[in-house]
Amino acid sequence: MIAESGHYALVLALALALIQSTVPVLGARLRDPALMSVARSSALGQLLFAAAAFAALVTLHVTSDFSVVNVFENSHSLKPLIYKITGVWGNHEGSMLLWVSILALFGGLVAIFGNNLPLSLRAHVLAVQAWIASAFYLFILMTSNPFLRIANPPLEGRDLNPILQDIGLAVHPPMLYLGYVGFSISFSFAIAALLEGRIDAAWARWVRPWTLVAWIFLTLGIAMGSYWAYYELGWGGWWFWDPVENASLMPWLAGTALLHSALVMEKRNALKVWTILLSILTFSLSLLGTFLVRSGVLTSVHAFATDPTRGVFILLILCLFIGGSLTLFAGRASTLKQGGLFAPISREGALVLNNLFLTTACATVFVGTLYPLALEVLTGAKISVGAPFFNLTFGPLFFPLLVAVPFGPMLAWKRGDLLGAAQRLLAAGVAALVVMALVWAWTRGGSALAPLAIGLAVFVVVGAISELVERTGLFRMPLATAMQRTRGLPRSVWGTAFAHAGLGVALIGIVCETTWNSEYIATMRPDDVARLAGYELKLDGLSSRQGPNFREMTAAFTVSRDGERLAAMTPSKRNFTTRAMSTTEAALLTRGFSQLYISLGDTTAEGAIAVRIYHKPLVLLIWLGPVLMAFGGLMSLSDRRLRVGAPKPAKALRGLQAAE
Amino acid sequence: MTRKQRKLTIIGGALAVLAVAVGLVLNALRDSIVFFSTPTMVAEKHVAPGTRFRLGGLVQPGSLVRGDNLAVTFEVADGGAKLPVAFTGILPDLFREGQGIVAEGALDASGTFKADTVLAKHDETYMPKDVADALKKQGYWKDNDGARPDAGAKPSAGSTETRGAVRAVQGASQ
Repeated sequence: MIAESGHYALVLALALALIQSTVPVLGARLRDPALMSVARSSALGQLLFAAAAFAALVTLHVTSDFSVVNVFENSHSLKPLIYKITGVWGNHEGSMLLWVSILALFGGLVAIFGNNLPLSLRAHVLAVQAWIASAFYLFILMTSNPFLRIANPPLEGRDLNPILQDIGLAVHPPMLYLGYVGFSISFSFAIAALLEGRIDAAWARWVRPWTLVAWIFLTLGIAMGSYWAYYELGWGGWWFWDPVENASLMPWLAGTALLHSALVMEKRNALKVWTILLSILTFSLSLLGTFLVRSGVLTSVHAFATDPTRGVFILLILCLFIGGSLTLFAGRASTLKQGGLFAPISREGALVLNNLFLTTACATVFVGTLYPLALEVLTGAKISVGAPFFNLTFGPLFFPLLVAVPFGPMLAWKRGDLLGAAQRLLAAGVAALVVMALVWAWTRGGSALAPLAIGLAVFVVVGAISELVERTGLFRMPLATAMQRTRGLPRSVWGTAFAHAGLGVALIGIVCETTWNSEYIATMRPDDVARLAGYELKLDGLSSRQGPNFREMTAAFTVSRDGERLAAMTPSKRNFTTRAMSTTEAALLTRGFSQLYISLGDTTAEGAIAVRIYHKPLVLLIWLGPVLMAFGGLMSLSDRRLRVGAPKPAKALRGLQAAE
Repeated sequence: MTRKQRKLTIIGGALAVLAVAVGLVLNALRDSIVFFSTPTMVAEKHVAPGTRFRLGGLVQPGSLVRGDNLAVTFEVADGGAKLPVAFTGILPDLFREGQGIVAEGALDASGTFKADTVLAKHDETYMPKDVADALKKQGYWKDNDGARPDAGAKPSAGSTETRGAVRAVQGASQ
């Protein structure tokens, strides 16, 4: 009954989405406010039914109703409750349902908070939103229905893939989808602007908070996924340049560029056409990511060819939306009016530079991700493009970008003073050089790249702080004045500083982890001692126990340093009987920002066990950086100018509203 | 500066960055991509020692020998040919005899494949993509490969999930 209700709710959501796709557009053509207002109510109704469908699937999973295929294939009655819930989106059908539910959520939010939008703009935005939603409801109902029943219900389910039975699954996919799907809003705004043929600074002011929300979630989602991979897979790696990861990195890079170009548009009314294009590209890359992950094309081009329904369906959606929006863009972009002028050396110029490097870096990731697929389809040759490719392309492009980051906020709008900015960044430059020299001396030669990169990171961090010092007048003015100015500083300035500093912090972590990571791999017997990076790790013994749906073998380690006992670490290996799979549960010991990491291998016949121990210096900074960035985004989001809302639209639109 | 000059400066800058990016990509594609081979392909093509490539196939049952200090040797077979592989380190959780694997490394002078990375499939329905394709081509491996109790449902769904949600389980060893 619940399954059928969920299915029915999904059909109703599709029906409402179809109404929302057409009626408001018609209303905008006829200038009929009643028809345009349909967008709001249908968006809210759609949210209601999508949420009902999602709640139905969650209920089915929680109650372990194995008469539903989706539950049978991905759940088990003994599975802990939290994983019964998260297992809902740990599979194809459920995760697509989460995708559309989040899309409906964003549509509903625009409907709720969009009261100050011009009526026709809101109608258009929600209609475009509904076009996307309709396509994906159809996709789910036709190829990936999560509510299908089995004729002869089995007694027990096949359990969720053990690697996914982790708290990471509870957080990572919803965060990532909030980011991916959140970019649909800026896409819809861009298409609506093209349809209406007008765009102004107020438009950018509406778009920016939505983009910022999506960007914050995507940043956290990527960081969370990276940390999850780091502790769950037992290899100690945190980024593998895997197509699945690249699929989330590309929208992030484009979205970051969009965030910056929307700023130029909001403040200076320039870069309009480019901002529109970026909005389209960012969401297109989100769709591409969905296609790559959901179509099965990554698992096997072959599998894609033998069971093409899903893949071809998403490919069609992809072509329809990307092709359609770019065609519309090509046709309408020239009608948008040119914006304000600016010199190449100016805040705008710096933001253009930022956009240039971000989009180019994004393009190299795009090539590296799709080239192997294209080559295989065209010639049949199989190649793998891995970390070396991205290190050689992405790295060199990010280097000049990072050098430019501290300069941006120091430059004035319209016409900047590069020399003056450089003078104000003197402290940051000196700090960077000192740190560079210290690191160089400390590592006694070695690779020149690591001290250089750390110097650059310090430059970015101190540069971000310098901006705050400059703005508040700290050290230049009496303390009281500085404090007063600190309080008066717009939150967006703090946001910029935090986000930019986060970039530098993450870079320090990345460089330290990759350069000075030390590892110890050996077979150990009880009472053996491993020595690594000044720590002594003694294997006390092995024990096994029975978990809810797995058997676990645990190794107990005592960690000490200079004879002083610090902590116990207990890495384990779990055997999941239902799927005949084992997973490695690494043990982590955090010391400052560094971590000790132990994961287990196989046991030998003589009772010894293969052990892999890593010391990862400053590794936590890799994820602290993105957290700082997201916090900066949050600060910026709470800025007064965005909180208070957009200014009233221009006269032309007021005329239209008056027609109500 | 006139409007035109400003525009030209920006376009010129954009083209310069793009040119650099294209150069970087072409350079990286020449140097850092790795081809995939099966033992049969290795035998046919006479791959030179020292050339890095990815070797895929099934671990020959009975060939796994564990030496001291985590050294292991085993043979990778694809029905047509076999190739001895040497590796030092911890094998992936799901490394088993008869299992599909992908190893990355190069041949040494004696014709042994020295692997520095071994990747195994990470759930019982998942065969590494390259291996599955290559073996299917040779008719050596079929979709319903014993391990699955009921392969009828949806052969590719489970594996896609693993890849999608856990990201790069397979690439994890790099």
